[in-house]
Amino acid sequence: MKKSVFLGALAVSGIAAGAASAATLEDVQARGELNCGVNTGLVGFAAPDANNNWQGFDVELCRAVATAVLGDPDAVTYVPLTGKTRFTALAAGEIDMLSRNTTWTFTRDNDLKFEFVGINYYDGQGFMVPRELGVTSAKDLDGATVCIQTGTTTELNLADFFRANNISYEPVPIETNAEAQQQYLAGACDVYTTDASGLAATRAAFENPGDHVVLPEIVSKEPLGPLVRHGDNEWGDIVRWTLNALVSAEELGVTSANVAELANGTDNPEINRLLGTEGGLGEMIGLENDWAKNMLEVTGNYGEIFERHIGENTPIGLARGLNAQWTDGGLLYSPPFR
Amino acid sequence: MSDTPAHSVAFVRETPIPPADPPATERGVIKWVRENLVSTPANAVMTVLSLVAIYWFLALLVPWLLNGVWNAGSIRECREIMAGSGGGCFAVLTERWHQLIFGRYPTDQYWRPTVAFVLLFVALAPVLFQTVPRRLLIFTGLYPFLAYWLVWGGSILGPIFALAGFAVGYIAYSRLVDRSFAMGFFGGVLAAIVTWWITGFLADATGNVMALETVESRDIGGFMLNLILGTVCVSLSLPLGIVLALGRQSSMPIIKWICVVFIEFIRGVPLITLLFVANVVLAYFLPPGSNFDLILRVIIMITMFAAAYIAEVIRGGLAALPRGQYEAADSLGLDYAQAMRLIILPQALKISIPGIVNVAVGLFKDTTLVSIIAMFDLVGMVRGPILASTDWNGVYWELFGFAAFLFFVVCYGISQYSQWLERQLQTDRR
Amino acid sequence: MTVMTDPPRESFRLSMLLNDTRYRSYTFQFIALIALFLFIGWLISNAAQNLEDLGQDISYGFLGESAGYDINQRPIEYNSQDSHLRASIVGVLNTLIVAFLGCITATVLGVVAGVLRLSNNWIVAKLMAVYVEAFRNVPVLIWILIIFSIMTVSLPGPRAFRGEDPSSSMLFDAFAFTNRGVYAPKPIWESGSMIVVITFLLSILAIFAYRAYAKKLLYDTGRLLPTFWPSIAIFFVPTILMFFILGRPISLEYPELRGFNFQGGMQIRGSLIALWFALAIYTGAFIAENVRAGIMAISKGQTEAAASLGLRPNRIMNLVILPQALRVIIPPLISQYLNLTKNSSLAIAVGYMDITGTLGGITLNQTGRAIEAILLLMLFYLTISLSISAIMNVYNNSVKLKER
Repeated sequence: MKKSVFLGALAVSGIAAGAASAATLEDVQARGELNCGVNTGLVGFAAPDANNNWQGFDVELCRAVATAVLGDPDAVTYVPLTGKTRFTALAAGEIDMLSRNTTWTFTRDNDLKFEFVGINYYDGQGFMVPRELGVTSAKDLDGATVCIQTGTTTELNLADFFRANNISYEPVPIETNAEAQQQYLAGACDVYTTDASGLAATRAAFENPGDHVVLPEIVSKEPLGPLVRHGDNEWGDIVRWTLNALVSAEELGVTSANVAELANGTDNPEINRLLGTEGGLGEMIGLENDWAKNMLEVTGNYGEIFERHIGENTPIGLARGLNAQWTDGGLLYSPPFR
Repeated sequence: MSDTPAHSVAFVRETPIPPADPPATERGVIKWVRENLVSTPANAVMTVLSLVAIYWFLALLVPWLLNGVWNAGSIRECREIMAGSGGGCFAVLTERWHQLIFGRYPTDQYWRPTVAFVLLFVALAPVLFQTVPRRLLIFTGLYPFLAYWLVWGGSILGPIFALAGFAVGYIAYSRLVDRSFAMGFFGGVLAAIVTWWITGFLADATGNVMALETVESRDIGGFMLNLILGTVCVSLSLPLGIVLALGRQSSMPIIKWICVVFIEFIRGVPLITLLFVANVVLAYFLPPGSNFDLILRVIIMITMFAAAYIAEVIRGGLAALPRGQYEAADSLGLDYAQAMRLIILPQALKISIPGIVNVAVGLFKDTTLVSIIAMFDLVGMVRGPILASTDWNGVYWELFGFAAFLFFVVCYGISQYSQWLERQLQTDRR
Repeated sequence: MTVMTDPPRESFRLSMLLNDTRYRSYTFQFIALIALFLFIGWLISNAAQNLEDLGQDISYGFLGESAGYDINQRPIEYNSQDSHLRASIVGVLNTLIVAFLGCITATVLGVVAGVLRLSNNWIVAKLMAVYVEAFRNVPVLIWILIIFSIMTVSLPGPRAFRGEDPSSSMLFDAFAFTNRGVYAPKPIWESGSMIVVITFLLSILAIFAYRAYAKKLLYDTGRLLPTFWPSIAIFFVPTILMFFILGRPISLEYPELRGFNFQGGMQIRGSLIALWFALAIYTGAFIAENVRAGIMAISKGQTEAAASLGLRPNRIMNLVILPQALRVIIPPLISQYLNLTKNSSLAIAVGYMDITGTLGGITLNQTGRAIEAILLLMLFYLTISLSISAIMNVYNNSVKLKER
């Protein structure tokens, strides 16, 4: 019985650590930390590096929100979540927001009672095959063995695709990306399917990326985005407009390098409103007026984040594609700051 | 002496012949080999097969170990250095050892869990070995608080006040226990709660005293997490297991029924489902707004799991005691609490020790299952951050071999101790 | 003669509830019951409150909805349009398959290792000791992952079987060992095959009948009939005769490499093999210890007594040692079976679609019905455990030493 104090003390610290109620913003500010749910390890999107610092595209959104709300990009507790645990963790208030390449679907939005606040990456499910198989289209995959990561919408898309084309396949469900990679490289499956961004990241890690091709078919729409609990619209607005601010900043040419200079006032009223020198937009969502400026100084705009973690100069080497600004032919289109 | 003249017989042996050596086939190594390896044809065949198996295994293992690369930055460098010599890429261990052992624990604070680990042996010594001075038991009592402070950090006042609560509770118990056990027990609990309540305010008021840098439970990982979960859960489940075992033996039907249902339910489901409960479902059953650490929820579940198994072991111990012991206690006029405390439990626990150690080893091994619910224990670290990283994707044998080796060392050590203890206990009874 | 009078009957006082041992137990039980109800009530009210806050409810309606995902190993017909319930049943059957295979293999391994560990061949005994210790002291999850890695990395992929000069070839042109699993010929049942199967089953019954008859004859008259060779004969001869009389109604379909995979034949998937072997080898190490303990528990005097009665060594084993040792071995053996079944839930680590992978995995992820899915999962394992325990209790009672 001696050690039950261990439990007692832990319990006290545990209860003190988190209290979630409707007013998430107040909770986060009172706590001084943002609890952010991320992937357990997907290089480029969210993965701890050798020094145990979380790095990645999704992680930057957590840092941006933490800077906007608390003024400190490091005031984030990262909660690594699997496909199974992510929704419960959010529902139970263990995390304040989920930024873990989660597809926006009807049932998740409505049946699971969550609120997707935007899309930070437009993705789609693709297939990767070894070049030596000579496959050029996913429709040639009749009878193939396909590795899938479980716990995602991937299985459902895959089943639908093969059913729609009336071809057979053999699914091999795998829990982690690393194990799927092992199976694929060893030839235990002919095809590896996951989101196209994940395929690119995985292929980049191969010894000879040139030996593998990503097939042209994209079999699903995977709008990935951050989500919060239903019912706390103020908090949802903060996360939504943090994302929008990142996108807008790129469109308006605000970067981490010039944001300090632009914050002194510019001729462009929208930049002024974004950076808080005009209009007092920040106060309307319960933050400081210069929230976006602080945030952009730390993380940079959407384009900078993209280039830093998954862009063409990184090992992952993704092109902007659909994720370019609408002005460049992509789908990124932030509502105006007005 | 015979009078026969010396010359009448050709030769008389006056000293005994030194015994001849046994035939070469009946002595030394050859004899041992004949008896132990090739006594029958079937036996000889098995020996040959075994030797082939051993050779085959060593032929795989030895070059892998000897040609191993210990210094490289990634698996590609490893492959270049080895150039097909078939060695292992142990560089992953030298580069990532800190993640494998300590998880995401702050690098400059590694001395804290290390000290806690070393002190664990000091604290365990008086429990494990009867020859160690009994006075060390005081340290054993203090250890949990010390270890908590060392590993999690924060002000030392928290653990001290927690300890104070127990001390006050114990004093109240020892004062009141003469009246009746129930009174002592509840009095003690009440006194402890009051102390914690008062010191709670004190702790808020005084702030940080001798504060170590606070470490979030989430950052605790690697083999350290396995060790922490193992020791905490085993020590917590022991008292709970005793209570459950006594409850199951109780003559009060409702208490017995509650204990039976609890034990059978927990033993009937796999640990992994209980961990799913801790991870996914438990949050629904706690008051709205409360939020436990995941590690704490997991500790609760593993403790319940271990307690059910330990309860069954102790029930076996209780059943193995001769009836006479119970009757002797009754005839001395001891009440239930006294009889259990002074006569029955000390003997029953002694019989159950080997079983309890078995449960403890099994539990320690089962702590690897937390990797399935996204906690970064040793296996979780291997399957998650390390194998997923671009540098080390593909280094399976080295990492799994290392994990298996660490577990083997600890578990084999414990089971050897258990066998030693069994022998000790056997000589006691003879 | 004095007449004992009853002590004056005390009237019941409230304080007796605490102080009188006759009533105190009622007080305790009452308090415990109230505390239990309060605790359960607290949990339920919390859950109700939480679910209401989140706007969710508890409903098993999702079981009827279309599952939407495919499962590779399907003991019964299933496709992605079937319901979650059917997916769960496929999972249940897969759990039972791996548990059944694992238990049999573990028993064989365990008995062999346990007996060999007591062998007087030093090197074999030591080798078995190493096996037992190595597997007992390392977590089963690590073994599952290691064996799965061995399967995928060391065995060739189907591609290696292709081409003019393939680097791998099939064993007897019938078995292919690939990292996707083992492909083996599959029997094709044509008309008349049922008769062959029935003949086979009948001949197995006949073996038992013959042995029972031989035993009875031995006990009644002391005449010893040979059992081994006649059993073998009964096992093979009628079935083979029937097979040829009916014109070979059972043929084999051989797997052959077509397209991406081997087609035809029977595939035993890599995930099943990894899980099956890992569980069997791990549990086998424990069973070996039980077997060794069981044999060592029989005192040497029993062997000597049997020998002095003039029994031959194999009869000593069969008639004296084993019946006694089995009583010691079987209860822990059955609890090892239980452990194996529960450990099979680690299938999730290698992607074997057992009940934890379907109901507790993909279904849970897709529907988000965590409470319901995990409750059903626990109920399933609980049912299996309790039924095995019940069988064990019946057995224990039947072999209990009848002491008179």
